[in-house]
Amino acid sequence: MPETTVILDAAAMQRALTRIAHEIAERNENGAEVVLTGIPVGGDHLAKRLGKILSELWQQTVPVGILDVSMHRDDLDRRAAPTVHPTVIPFDVTGKTVVLVDDVLFSGRTTRAAMDALNDFGRPKKIQLAVVIDRGHRELPIKADFVGKNVPTAEGEKVRVRLVENDGVDEVVLERPK
Amino acid sequence: MTWTRKHLLDIESLTPDEIVTVLDTARAFKAVGERAIKKVPALRGKTVVNLFVEPSTRTRISFELAEQRLSADVINFSAEASSFKKGETLKDTARNLEALNADFIVIRHSASGAPHFLARVLNASVINAGDGAHEHPTQALLDVFTIREHKGKIAGLNITILGDILYSRVARSNIWALRKLGATVTLCGPATLVPKTFEQMGCRVTHDVDEAIRDADIINLLRIQHERQRKTMFPSINEYIQLFGLNKARLAKAKPDALVMHPGPINRSVEIDSDIADSGRSLILEQVTNGLAVRMAVLFLVNGGKGPPEVTGN
Repeated sequence: MPETTVILDAAAMQRALTRIAHEIAERNENGAEVVLTGIPVGGDHLAKRLGKILSELWQQTVPVGILDVSMHRDDLDRRAAPTVHPTVIPFDVTGKTVVLVDDVLFSGRTTRAAMDALNDFGRPKKIQLAVVIDRGHRELPIKADFVGKNVPTAEGEKVRVRLVENDGVDEVVLERPK
Repeated sequence: MTWTRKHLLDIESLTPDEIVTVLDTARAFKAVGERAIKKVPALRGKTVVNLFVEPSTRTRISFELAEQRLSADVINFSAEASSFKKGETLKDTARNLEALNADFIVIRHSASGAPHFLARVLNASVINAGDGAHEHPTQALLDVFTIREHKGKIAGLNITILGDILYSRVARSNIWALRKLGATVTLCGPATLVPKTFEQMGCRVTHDVDEAIRDADIINLLRIQHERQRKTMFPSINEYIQLFGLNKARLAKAKPDALVMHPGPINRSVEIDSDIADSGRSLILEQVTNGLAVRMAVLFLVNGGKGPPEVTGN
């Protein structure tokens, strides 16, 4: 069993999401232009939660979509095929500020794939990136706009974001291989 | 569930989990077909050869479009316009195609086992698009996908396959897939085309249509394959229509929510009455749409099958 450390508990995760939502609202004055798209597995639920908080802040519904990036990955012939989840974007992204929501930012390759995938749905005015954990080790020139917590990690460690919707509990843990 | 297969040769060797993985993956690819831009870059830079040694229109077109929507480069190779006419063997033809760095070979062949043979002698991924009377795995997968979309499940359903079973690779692949996923399969047709030996595959065999369709949730009709029958297996087409053709009166005796499928091409007024083929109870055109999604999913999965198991991590 790997050694695990809790980085965020449920209360801390809730505070981080609330803060991210406020930062999104601060950065984007016109809430009507903002849409959220979450990247499964994890980001889709986080996007829904952020959308709920933002809808209350702005007093208007913020559209939330799901963007699966597996068909746009750059490592498809280097590994077993990833699990593909349905993409659901029930709105036009053209001219909108799209906030991509993911649980963990690591190499940046998922974000690159997500930006590629978004292109197939239209031409957003801006794309911003919100993540719960930034664990470093970028392989591409990509930076998050909104970060719940920066966590310095070693390459071999794993960051697991567990959500009530998937795992019955809200927490982020760092696993160190023994 | 992680898919680790490099080839799709048959349904017989797949596990139920692997079949479900294809179906779940196909659901996402079906949605791609509903977008304004129906193309994804998953197979960019890969080359697919459609090696159709036996004629086919709809399966070949379906594979070709699936490959293009995955951004692969596509070569179509048909027996009529090829060096098979000059006496080249299948192995040599395939090796030549591989020398062009083909990554995938989609093969349709009149000989059972031809795809398995290619998988042994080539480095490319091989996908069976129908081999003799043996299997037609993507057809079974799209049939099961279509059934699951309408009925929400496969386990516990009563599926009746009606028509030419003996010569049908579609029937064999369907039987494997449906049995693995827990459906009850009933086979029906003339005794010469539906021998009792199919009971060994876990099916019920009957030669009475009314009984075969009475409890069916799905009635899957198969074409009478004149080209595979060495001699006539039943006295006349008219007798077949009378005894086994699906018409309104017969369908009225089935469950009200029973749906009708057919892999095509349909012989109107032989296996199926025109009004049924065009009615809301027919899933025939949906099968065509779903075939595209299932073939995209299969190509996507076998592409990954060449790599190591899925790397988990962020």
